[in-house]
Amino acid sequence: MAKTILDFEKPIIELEEKLAEMKRASDGLEIDGEIAVIETKVRQLKENIYHSLTRWQKVQLARHPDRPYTLDYIYNITDNFVEMHGDRNFGDDKAVVCGLAKIGDFKVMIIGQQKGRDTKSNLYRNFGMPNPEGYRKALRLMKLAEKFGLPVVTLLDTPGAFPGLEAEERGQAEAIARNLLEMARLKVPIVVVIIGEGASGGALGMGVGDRILMLENAWYSVISPESCSSILWRSWDFKEQAAEALKLTAEDLLPLKVIDRIIPEPLGGAHKDHTKMAEILKSALLEELANLVKIKPDKLVDARIEKFAGIGEYQE
Amino acid sequence: MAWFKRQRQNITTETPPKDNLPDGLWEKCPQCGEIMHKKQVETNLWTCIKCNNHFRIGSAEYFAILIDEGTFKEYDKKMRSADPLKFEDTKKYTQRIENTIKATGLLDAVRTGTGKLMGRDVVIGCMDFKFIGGSMGSVVGEKLARATHRALKGKMPLIIISSSGGARMMEGALSLMQMAKTSARLAQLADAKIPFISVLTDPTTGGTTASYAMLGDVIIAEPNALIGFAGPRVIKQTIGRDLPEGFQRAEFVLDHGFVDTISHRKELKQTISNFLDFLQVKKG
Ligand SMILES: [Zn+2]
Repeated sequence: MAKTILDFEKPIIELEEKLAEMKRASDGLEIDGEIAVIETKVRQLKENIYHSLTRWQKVQLARHPDRPYTLDYIYNITDNFVEMHGDRNFGDDKAVVCGLAKIGDFKVMIIGQQKGRDTKSNLYRNFGMPNPEGYRKALRLMKLAEKFGLPVVTLLDTPGAFPGLEAEERGQAEAIARNLLEMARLKVPIVVVIIGEGASGGALGMGVGDRILMLENAWYSVISPESCSSILWRSWDFKEQAAEALKLTAEDLLPLKVIDRIIPEPLGGAHKDHTKMAEILKSALLEELANLVKIKPDKLVDARIEKFAGIGEYQE
Repeated sequence: MAWFKRQRQNITTETPPKDNLPDGLWEKCPQCGEIMHKKQVETNLWTCIKCNNHFRIGSAEYFAILIDEGTFKEYDKKMRSADPLKFEDTKKYTQRIENTIKATGLLDAVRTGTGKLMGRDVVIGCMDFKFIGGSMGSVVGEKLARATHRALKGKMPLIIISSSGGARMMEGALSLMQMAKTSARLAQLADAKIPFISVLTDPTTGGTTASYAMLGDVIIAEPNALIGFAGPRVIKQTIGRDLPEGFQRAEFVLDHGFVDTISHRKELKQTISNFLDFLQVKKG
């Protein structure tokens, strides 16, 4: 099914193809036993591979070109989605998708960073790298949600805020900083989900919330493994080591309190089954929203601020 | 060169050599090449007498410049980095911290405290660029978040002087979260209507700019300070052409509307005091 096959996926795909071939050829032949053996072998191989992925392999899964993006989740999880555009100031950032939608019975504002799937759509979406107007569009619509008492759901999936000349001129840093402050005190529930790549301030600029969920094979850190390698090792060749050192997986971040909950993915990764992945995420979101809407706004904000104030490790 | 020539007529033992300055008493301005005596640099608050270039200085100098003599009390003096990720690149993080502490005499990249600024009680934090590039990890985030909280509880204005390359890689996502943590505390300060003055010095980039540094009620920059989110090299790579003259410098950032004013270091204390005169905390 996958159009792109990662190195560590190859042995599985090969066995699966062999299995399909045998099934086709088995018509009238007595080889059911052999097929069963291979089926077991495939299952074991999958479990072995996917339960012992290195951090770098997870980064590759997080970037898999067939992985579900924000709009895939919006289509599979929500009803009555109506997209809203623009920051009412400069323009409409296509790397950020925002709109009103229903998740089950909850009316929400959903906001996500959006990548493209091919060259053309990637140029349109700026590879999922927001400009300042993307952060400001998100903030405008979060304030709208606050005004009408609607919870906010954000989906993070970006290789970073766009490092361009105009982005600097229009205040990329200010746009992100403003969102951090305003999201901290927004008086409606905010659920954040890291669905793919959570690269640094570019992701965090839409990532302050009451509950931080993270997909099993997503990554979230202060820098990408490649850039970390180039700065600390002074070479692009140490990305695997950098990924290990950065401890950027969901499993790493849960005990550090950076995230609150890991969302499991279908075996082999979210790209293997978009529908199933969306179902899993939807039921988690329904649970989280049901809990958060019970909390009074002032208490919610206080708890959110104390939650972030408590993150970090130091000695005294 | 007037001062220098005058001195040369009188003092022969301290004549600065042309290029290398071995006796450590002379400093050469990296921008205009002016050679000055260390004492003179100091009385000029570490700025060039000829071209106004602002040299990079640290928390000790800024506290001396801004806080009334004898009034400074430091907060969280003993806080230092843990190694939550057991981080290792070409060197262990613990070793890097150890070496930097030895070389700088500082425990991390920010110092915070309280004192008087022209008679007013203030809470102040100042970053030290020489400590791993002024990078923000858990210690920087925690100290600034606590300082902000103390300003809130004590109803005192907050001043933060930034000089930083951004978030610290060796603490991974924990460093990133310090951006959210400091901003969340600043939200409380803003709700309580207590002024926050952010001073941007050379350089202020990355996660530092994209959090507290850009959240001041008043943002003051030092002349020619590099201020931005992405570093110039990364931007140049992205766009594939040279950057315009003065790009991301304080004057450029002022022109684009992201700082309130640029202040020469010699006027910084007076400038802050003037703002605080207008932006008063309502007591009681
Ligand atoms: Zn000079």
